Amino acid sequence: MFKRQAGSVRSRVLVAGVALLSLVIALPAGASLGGDTASIEADQVHMQGTRKMTAVQNYTVHEIQGAAGTVVREYVSSSGKVFAVAWRGPWPPDLHQLLGSYSAQYVDAVKAQSGTRMGRRPLIVEQPGLVVHSGGHPRAFAGVAYVPENLPQGVRAEDIQ
Amino acid sequence: MRNLRTLSVSILAIFSAFAFLAGCGGSGSTQPPNTIVSTGNNVAPISVDGGPPGDYADAAFISVTVCVPGTSTCQAVDNILVDTGSSGLRILSSALTVALPQQNATDGNPVFECFPFESGYTWGPVQTADVEIAGEKAGSTPIEAVGTSTAVPEGCLDFDLPPSNNLDELGANGILGVGLFAQDCGSGCPTTIYYECPPSGCVGISQSLALQVPNPVSLFTTDNNGVIVELPAVSGGEAPTLSGSLVFGIGTQSNNALGSATVYGADPEFGSFTTSFNGTAYPESFIDSGSNGYYFLSSSVSGIPGCSDAPGFYCPSSTANLSATNEGTNGAGGKVNFSIANADTLFNSNDNAFADLGGEGSDSPPYFFDWGLPFFFGRNVFVAIQGQNAPGGTAPYWAY
Repeated sequence: MFKRQAGSVRSRVLVAGVALLSLVIALPAGASLGGDTASIEADQVHMQGTRKMTAVQNYTVHEIQGAAGTVVREYVSSSGKVFAVAWRGPWPPDLHQLLGSYSAQYVDAVKAQSGTRMGRRPLIVEQPGLVVHSGGHPRAFAGVAYVPENLPQGVRAEDIQ
Repeated sequence: MRNLRTLSVSILAIFSAFAFLAGCGGSGSTQPPNTIVSTGNNVAPISVDGGPPGDYADAAFISVTVCVPGTSTCQAVDNILVDTGSSGLRILSSALTVALPQQNATDGNPVFECFPFESGYTWGPVQTADVEIAGEKAGSTPIEAVGTSTAVPEGCLDFDLPPSNNLDELGANGILGVGLFAQDCGSGCPTTIYYECPPSGCVGISQSLALQVPNPVSLFTTDNNGVIVELPAVSGGEAPTLSGSLVFGIGTQSNNALGSATVYGADPEFGSFTTSFNGTAYPESFIDSGSNGYYFLSSSVSGIPGCSDAPGFYCPSSTANLSATNEGTNGAGGKVNFSIANADTLFNSNDNAFADLGGEGSDSPPYFFDWGLPFFFGRNVFVAIQGQNAPGGTAPYWAY
């Protein structure tokens, strides 16, 4: 069913009639969310994956199919900054690298929500500078992370998937 | 455009649902009470009682006995969380008093595991035990001994999940994963889950199926094709304690027949089925006794306000009566009525079992419904293990 969703994104892009590129580039490691396109290339190398770039409206989606079966999508604004990441697959991705400089904020926010009443459930962080929704179960994890302030004009949260 | 339209349709439909259901008696009112089996060599008692912290909301606990393989050196460990959302037995090393043998790789290095769950990871050595529950036994079974002084490797830390490696963090002495799969990780297991740990440091390995931590039920001599979680309905919506049973085997004895339960096929790769709510299908949904509520959508999409005290939970001003439809991969479908009450109010009580507890799942695709423990109240839920013969359909499946 992850594949089915990926197909719907592809068809939307075809309808839009925009360019489809495939690249394989190796560059040094770096952050992702909030980072530039070089950081995506680092993620691709880290995931031993293949990458596909798709232009949609005023942003570009970089989809990395990782060796471990998990798909990561990174959303890049026209100014070249990663404003959102999304993932889905049997196991969680290297979220530490995907969140980059936002990782500490996420980890702290999740820690602050702990409590015996709270139990085992999806992890939801909604702060002014960072939104992360992460959920699923072993064999099927999915989530999104974005910086609300950095969403390009006209881009809604539900566009990130 | 499609998403925007879905959103408006959802909001409209929610308001209609509220209006329509306001006059009804609430969820489950038309269902006959479920029968809970209490005797048999394949029946173990479970309870929803707050567990070790005393106030763990909506978690079912069981006692499991582990033995040094082939010996009578055994220990019963209580307060193990019953989890149909994962596979494999994990016990806090701090709760283990028997010395279980370590699993070693062919080069002699000890094998460790980092297992990611929805809201935390477990880390510890893989050890081998004879696992006994009720009259059932799984011989020489790999389990994860959670919690160790061996440093957590980077590949595990990089999940950015909170640790669940001690009693405070886990809220239980362990997790009994009796889910849809025979092994915890499956074929093509990535190198971020299992590790070899020589003194120089841990290195990720791709663990073979045969050496992975298995669903212990799949190793039972009989009654090994799945389980039934049986818990009663909660009178009045909440209770300090609920008592029920975990029954082993489906259609293998007179006390575990499928009966009139509907079989919902689960995706053999991802362990999910489709839940439709207000006209939108969410194909990555799942039933999970280890989740402690109904988790779905977000406040902005569901129209149900969030809480001020309990982040991520729903806090409607009056109980919301909702319904959804589940559809299995086999095409079977059925309606589920459920209710969401104010979690801040629920958590202020001294109760531990809440029929109407829920919270946010995700407000972006992939949307999913996480049918947690409240789904099991008043409803016997069958979980059939992939690769095993089970009546009524092809495993993996859920039936209820």
